[in-house]
Amino acid sequence: MLSAILAFTALAAAFGLILGFAAVRFKVEGDPLVDKIDALLPQTQCGQCTYPGCRPYAEAIAKGEADINQCPPGGEAGIIALADLLGRDPKPLNARHGAVKPKMVAVIDEPLCIGCTLCIQACPVDAILGAAKQMHTVIEQECTGCELCVAPCPVDCIRMAPVQQDIRSWKWQAPLEAAGSHA
Amino acid sequence: MNAKLWRFPGGLHLSGHKTESTRLPTQRARLPKRLTLPLHQHIGAEAKPVVAVGERVLKGQVIARAEGYVSAPVHASSSGTVIAAGDFPVPHPSGLSAPCIVIETDGAEQWCERHPTPDYTAQDPSHLRNLIREAGIVGLGGAGFPSFIKLNPLGKTVDTLILNAAECEPYITCDDMLMRERAAEIIHGIRIMRHALHAAHCIIGIEDNKPEAYAALVRALRELRIDGIQVIQVPTRYPAGGEKQLIHVLTGREVPSNGLPVHIGIVCHNVATAAAVHRAVQLGEPLISRYVTITGPGVPEPRNLEVLLGTPMAELLQQCGADPSSIGHLVMGGPMMGFSVHTSSAPVVKTTNCLLAAEHAPAVQAAMPCIRCGACAEACPANLLPQQLYWHAHAKEFDKAQNYNLFDCIECGCCAAVCPSHIPLVQYYRYAKGEIWTREREKQKADVARARHEFRLARLAQEKAEREARHAQKKAELAGKNAPRETAPH
Ligand code: SF4
Ligand code: SF4
Ligand code: SF4
Repeated sequence: MLSAILAFTALAAAFGLILGFAAVRFKVEGDPLVDKIDALLPQTQCGQCTYPGCRPYAEAIAKGEADINQCPPGGEAGIIALADLLGRDPKPLNARHGAVKPKMVAVIDEPLCIGCTLCIQACPVDAILGAAKQMHTVIEQECTGCELCVAPCPVDCIRMAPVQQDIRSWKWQAPLEAAGSHA
Repeated sequence: MNAKLWRFPGGLHLSGHKTESTRLPTQRARLPKRLTLPLHQHIGAEAKPVVAVGERVLKGQVIARAEGYVSAPVHASSSGTVIAAGDFPVPHPSGLSAPCIVIETDGAEQWCERHPTPDYTAQDPSHLRNLIREAGIVGLGGAGFPSFIKLNPLGKTVDTLILNAAECEPYITCDDMLMRERAAEIIHGIRIMRHALHAAHCIIGIEDNKPEAYAALVRALRELRIDGIQVIQVPTRYPAGGEKQLIHVLTGREVPSNGLPVHIGIVCHNVATAAAVHRAVQLGEPLISRYVTITGPGVPEPRNLEVLLGTPMAELLQQCGADPSSIGHLVMGGPMMGFSVHTSSAPVVKTTNCLLAAEHAPAVQAAMPCIRCGACAEACPANLLPQQLYWHAHAKEFDKAQNYNLFDCIECGCCAAVCPSHIPLVQYYRYAKGEIWTREREKQKADVARARHEFRLARLAQEKAEREARHAQKKAELAGKNAPRETAPH
């Protein structure tokens, strides 16, 4: 158990290092407009926009092939930001692509996991750790909640759980307003 | 002292309600059966537990160590046995529970080994900061920022150390009573702070509604034969105890927007923090207790208590003659800046300066439309335009609120107090700040996710290339092997 934890920690550290390189070495040389659009997308990489990730969607928007209201994880705020950037009018989220949901993370029921690695292959951000025939686990911090790992699991041991709110993530709500309380 | 004073903009004259809780001398709170010590009683990272359930701990022993630079350790406030570690109610506006360590006290009050450093003058400032850090001291005025950080001049010249003794919010009197009763401890602590900062000047700023405390400080300075520390009375006007406001009144200097006092050569600490620094350094005692004002219309015998951190609030209410079950509205802090505590089983923490109890919450008047009267802007001590901030927060135009210096708002509540339309202005600002922080966090998370995704794509591409290379090589090898075999028989 301890060695497993150590191994995972080492892996996590290695990923941290590699990421630094990745950001420099593999930066997709790009169109500044695509970069600007991509910077506003939530990077959930879920594919609900019908593109294989946020950047391809950003490219499609830049080319005028996709509309600005196809990303459910970005929600209303995301659409407003895109509309602002592109000088267009905001519009409601296109329901064909899904609905806005609270933030979720994937949880693997570890005793049930058979170590098939299919979820690792599905995860767009390498947030699942494990090797063939070994129990797998999700790095909660890195999970974007894209749900792409849920379907491939042959033993249905992955479920999506709402992100637990604690005193650090808690925030003040807007005051409740009686009708007509503002001009 | 007839020092020249300046005036900060806005502010309010509020009825003090201070005499209620200063009639009786401070008493020690009774030792509770259980102490619940949250791991997160300060600004910064949560402390990491270093004791296990079942372990016996001594008074003053570290039970959770600081994690990272901006953090503070937690100590056992009395001796006993650790009986639980997990989530329990804590005083927080969310009403959520948070990780705590629970100690069942044994009544022995047996101290761990203490390492006093009576002669601090021989010590290097960095060593003193370390002692203060290890003692778990955070700003006791309410903010809870780890104090050792604000005792590090960071290469800047600190010309003035200001001790905040204004205690400007109504009802709160814990600093007042501490000054009356323990002025010498405060003075000793100030000298240690000054030594750590190499500050040339030192001023204690106190509102002129506390003549006894003022006299006690002056007397202590005289008896200890210490000069070079000025005690200056400032006019009583809320929020004279705001850090930027007090600095302005005493020195005429203004802390820049988004800046820190140290940027203009000033460091400001609370007087109770100074007393805690003295105890930590010269007596070797970590921060395990503090003065707390127990007051409000629901408290029959309002007074100050010296409370072990972790003591349930309900027991303090009882000690002051109140029946906790009849308290329908419990506020930690004062009526202007405090927040409601959802259960009186929550413990006193390092930042608990006052408990304000009433049977019922005050009636909230329904908000009406803004009539653009400008009263809020006149009252704002931070020179902001509260009406514009409200407008943009309400419209969820958070960038615009930020452009109107939302983050300079100290949430003092002056604007909301004068608003004839009873708009809960401060709640809008807290909401807007929370949204901006959340977006910032989400953006950082998205940046990490983008990098991880790009790395993954690159990795997959590389694996594919390697696979293809291997494939090509195999093919070539196969072709090489087959070729001679094909030709051989002929
Ligand atoms: S729907 Fe949004 S989060 Fe999901 S891949 Fe498309 S742009 Fe990214
Ligand atoms: S005090 Fe209230 S009504 Fe007057 S301008 Fe400010 S927000 Fe509007
Ligand atoms: S709460 Fe903020 S905006 Fe309102 S008066 Fe105080 S500092 Fe100004």
